[in-house]
Amino acid sequence: MERIPILQMGDFLLVTIQVDMHDQLALTLQDDLSERISKTSARGVLIDISALDMVDSFIGRMIGMISGLSRIMDAETVLVGMQPAVAITLVELGMTLPGVSTALNVERGMALLRERAYSQ
Amino acid sequence: MNVCSSGTQGIHIEQDVVLARQMARKLAQDRGMRLIDLTKLVTAVSELARNTMVYGGGGDMDWEIIEDGARTGLKLTFRDEGPGIPDLKLAMTDGWTSGGGLGLGLTGAKRLVDDFELDTAPGAGTRVTIYKWT
Repeated sequence: MERIPILQMGDFLLVTIQVDMHDQLALTLQDDLSERISKTSARGVLIDISALDMVDSFIGRMIGMISGLSRIMDAETVLVGMQPAVAITLVELGMTLPGVSTALNVERGMALLRERAYSQ
Repeated sequence: MNVCSSGTQGIHIEQDVVLARQMARKLAQDRGMRLIDLTKLVTAVSELARNTMVYGGGGDMDWEIIEDGARTGLKLTFRDEGPGIPDLKLAMTDGWTSGGGLGLGLTGAKRLVDDFELDTAPGAGTRVTIYKWT
């Protein structure tokens, strides 16, 4: 079965979405991530969507779910790399991703995760 | 309004939603649509194609490259033979959903395109037509 790889970097999990996802793939990622957070006791999840040229309400909802889910499991989620055209479209669509932390790129996202995970 | 070319993409399984998006992207790109409009169009296609599959039980996306005076654009029609939408006003309300979604599909798609037509009746299927000019 097709899957999106989840990489572990120390206390954090890194997901780079590089394919045009169909809905089932997005749902599988959600399941896989929750399992990996639990198994690795990860403190944070970084989701890089810089290769995505479209985020619709389904993917937006999945991102929100992952963020909420990981928070319950004591991990922070940061979404990074959203293309400007994608951001404009998402807002116009009516999705502002409340409760989801974002950063402009992977570097800033990792800094944000470290700050949050180790300041507690 | 002149039709320059046209075609149909079936929407029956989840993967077809991806194919519909890619088809719309290619058509718009070939017409030189700018990135922001292209992104909006592809996002609207994704929402509508998913509706066709999930609520309409599958259907088709008809595409047409159209010319109207000096402007060119894309006309896309999503049609299914599903149960139709019983309460249009409710379906066009932001945040209302009959399924498990966020209720942004129809209203969101309408905001992302230049023109939007919806033709549906209970038991008579649904037909949504969108226009995006380049």
